Amino acid sequence: MKRSKLLWQLFTVFFKVGLFTFGGGYAMISIIEDACVDRRGWITRDEMDELVVVAESTPGPIAINCATFVGARQGGLPGAIIGTLGMVLPSFLVIFAISRFLDRFLEIRAVASAFQGIKLAVSVLILDAGLRLLRRLPRKPLPLAILLVSLAVMLLVNFGALRLSSVVLMLAAAAVSLAVFAAQRRGEGKR
Amino acid sequence: MILLELFLGFLRVGCFSFGGGYAAVALIREVVLSHGWMTEEMLSYVIAVSESTPGPIMVNLATYIGSSQAGVPGAIVATFAVVLPAFLIILALMAVLRRFTENPWVKALLLGLKACVTGLILATALEMLASNCLKGGTPDLTAVLLTLALGGIYFGFKPVFKKKLSPIALIAIAAALGMAVYGV
Repeated sequence: MKRSKLLWQLFTVFFKVGLFTFGGGYAMISIIEDACVDRRGWITRDEMDELVVVAESTPGPIAINCATFVGARQGGLPGAIIGTLGMVLPSFLVIFAISRFLDRFLEIRAVASAFQGIKLAVSVLILDAGLRLLRRLPRKPLPLAILLVSLAVMLLVNFGALRLSSVVLMLAAAAVSLAVFAAQRRGEGKR
Repeated sequence: MILLELFLGFLRVGCFSFGGGYAAVALIREVVLSHGWMTEEMLSYVIAVSESTPGPIMVNLATYIGSSQAGVPGAIVATFAVVLPAFLIILALMAVLRRFTENPWVKALLLGLKACVTGLILATALEMLASNCLKGGTPDLTAVLLTLALGGIYFGFKPVFKKKLSPIALIAIAAALGMAVYGV
């Protein structure tokens, strides 16, 4: 494909993703996977999983991490810049317009109603993102144990029974998986 | 100099906001209130707007606050600052990770993190479904039925039409349904 055409495609795809990403990064995982894996094959499913992990372990909006990653993979540095720009531009324009001209944005009835509906769709999309990851998780004791503990702890946090940052949970998961790996290695070494 | 303050303030947000938009909101609150850029009340409104408009919440907040403090240049500077760390970190990680993806330690680490992230995302989905469908402790029948309808459309599309419904189409359908049910 011609380079300029690829860059234009990166821009339009991420512009569209940016325009329809509501309710934070998790819902966007489904949208990015649909656009970049299922429809265009820009990255593989495994790369998508790794991307989600990396995006979640690094600071910054998940959407930006994804746009930069896919853009760079497809079109190098210019691709990364164009993809990220496409992702940011819709929210920039919408918010800028609202902050200048619509100081009672949330009181518009049609907006509030549409958002009521969108909120429900966002929960469906996040469920989809979670189920996709779950389906591709290897059925081994360690990952399944980490999954169940994270799920249980995060449910307690989300429902207000516990105060803990998800960052702490991820650090713990990292420490446990490295420790178990080290122990397994030593076990194999002795045999 | 307000532009420099905006840049440094949102650069800090971009550097330290691990774990997605909702965690970042707390950090942004701290930065905004400590600079006295907005009152608590105004900020709450801006956060609500950022959650109900498209795009990453962090980017929305940066644009809004930047614009309110210093117009177009402020919006551009704040947005640029909040995006920059994520952009640079991903580029750096890609260069490093590519060399190490076959390393067994890195593989073990990524697998553990993947399991953890799966748990985080599923927990978020369950919490959102519950809080959407409950209103003050009692089930909100309209929301339950709408959620079931949207879930049915989304997950049932592929078996019936042999093609996945795009998430974007689902968002559009949901907005239309919301306006139809809750009025315009």
